[in-house]
Amino acid sequence: MRNVFLFFKKYSVFIFFLLMQGVSLYMLITYNQFHHTLFTMFSSEVSGNINFKVNRIESYFSLAKENEALRIQNAKLLSQEKSSIFSLDKSSSINADSGTTDSRAAQSQFEYMPAKIISNSVYLQQNYLMLYRGSEQGVLPNMAVVGTNGIIGTVINTSKNMSIVMSLLHRQSKLIAVLKKGSGLGEISWDGKNPAFLVLTKIPKTVVVKQGDTVITTPYSDRFPPSLPIGTVYEIGQDQEANTYILKVKTATDFFSIQHAYVVKNLLQNEMDELKSKTIKE
Amino acid sequence: MNLIVKNTLRFFFILFIQVFILNKIPPLHQFVVPYFYFIFILWLPFKTQRWVILLLGFLLGFTVDMFYKTPGLHAAASVLIAYLRPFVINLLLPKEATEWGNEEPNRVSMGSLPFTTYVILLTILHNLYLIFLEWMQFGSFFYFLGKLIATSLVSLLLILISELLVNRRKKGR
Repeated sequence: MRNVFLFFKKYSVFIFFLLMQGVSLYMLITYNQFHHTLFTMFSSEVSGNINFKVNRIESYFSLAKENEALRIQNAKLLSQEKSSIFSLDKSSSINADSGTTDSRAAQSQFEYMPAKIISNSVYLQQNYLMLYRGSEQGVLPNMAVVGTNGIIGTVINTSKNMSIVMSLLHRQSKLIAVLKKGSGLGEISWDGKNPAFLVLTKIPKTVVVKQGDTVITTPYSDRFPPSLPIGTVYEIGQDQEANTYILKVKTATDFFSIQHAYVVKNLLQNEMDELKSKTIKE
Repeated sequence: MNLIVKNTLRFFFILFIQVFILNKIPPLHQFVVPYFYFIFILWLPFKTQRWVILLLGFLLGFTVDMFYKTPGLHAAASVLIAYLRPFVINLLLPKEATEWGNEEPNRVSMGSLPFTTYVILLTILHNLYLIFLEWMQFGSFFYFLGKLIATSLVSLLLILISELLVNRRKKGR
């Protein structure tokens, strides 16, 4: 027995070291599989508050750019306002249009909730954003996050007042995307090299692609509203092994200076999930 | 200044630089990521107890992790160098660690050559382990090697700059 105590006394520091390594590696490994560890719950509230304070100062640096983007969006929205649409006497065509759809059955599918971005990184291999809006304000994991110019990422975890978003600039981020012209289905991901460019793969070579073509979200996604811009084709490369392209895509969102985002809630999500699980059961 | 107060202030100051300044600087390349925070462990006084160094290393790494949202990654790396630090010092210096006062490892107390070796060795070990853990999740061997070299060079440069900027010659009481 004495030897056991002596052993522990002699190697106490080493055992302590192994314990700390164990804790660290455990956190590292489990975090990648499940995003619901204690870590984010507790850390996002703490670091979120500090980030929020620093961000208040930081936001001054990109005010001009951000204002410009908001102004453009305002202009766009104002031009859609009823009062700014000058309708000539073309009522017949409008009638024909509304005649085919039953206005009572129309239902809006996506709800946009504004949120302020309080922390953002682009230079790491796994980049996350933090939003100042959490579960108490209606944000849930797996909701889409969209900026004024294009999509940003997906919510992976929420706490009371903050939520963490996996940015498009994340090595494990994968989304289905289509080309606006030509429509081939592809997969958008990030190669970790330049935060201004994404990679679009799995577009078959039968589709004609030109530089400058727009890449948008699919109508098949249950998270992202259809045809939101993701980026534009910048460089066209060929995959030698498969019969597909490797396209370098310039991001529509300027990840360096984003400050405002919209969390998108799919109002039909529950119904979709229900139907899916029902189908799987049967 | 009291040793504990001094090191606490240093802890937060170094953390602030790492998280809010170095984390926001645009890098030249994907390989170049400035890691600098572990200089706190390098600068701890000689006679600090080994388990205290370990605990501080864990705290430091964990706090950096909170801001980088990589739980465990930086904590694992800084615990490793916190554990190896006393061995490296014993290897380079003839005296026992207990014989030292409140002095910190620096050019004067250790001598230029041993101190440089000490810094380079621990920097490379820290980055090696950190990037190795990252490499396990994704990336190729080329990514691992390139990032190790580039990151270590940047770390060493940052440590050199802070050595020149901060005067640590005065003996702590």
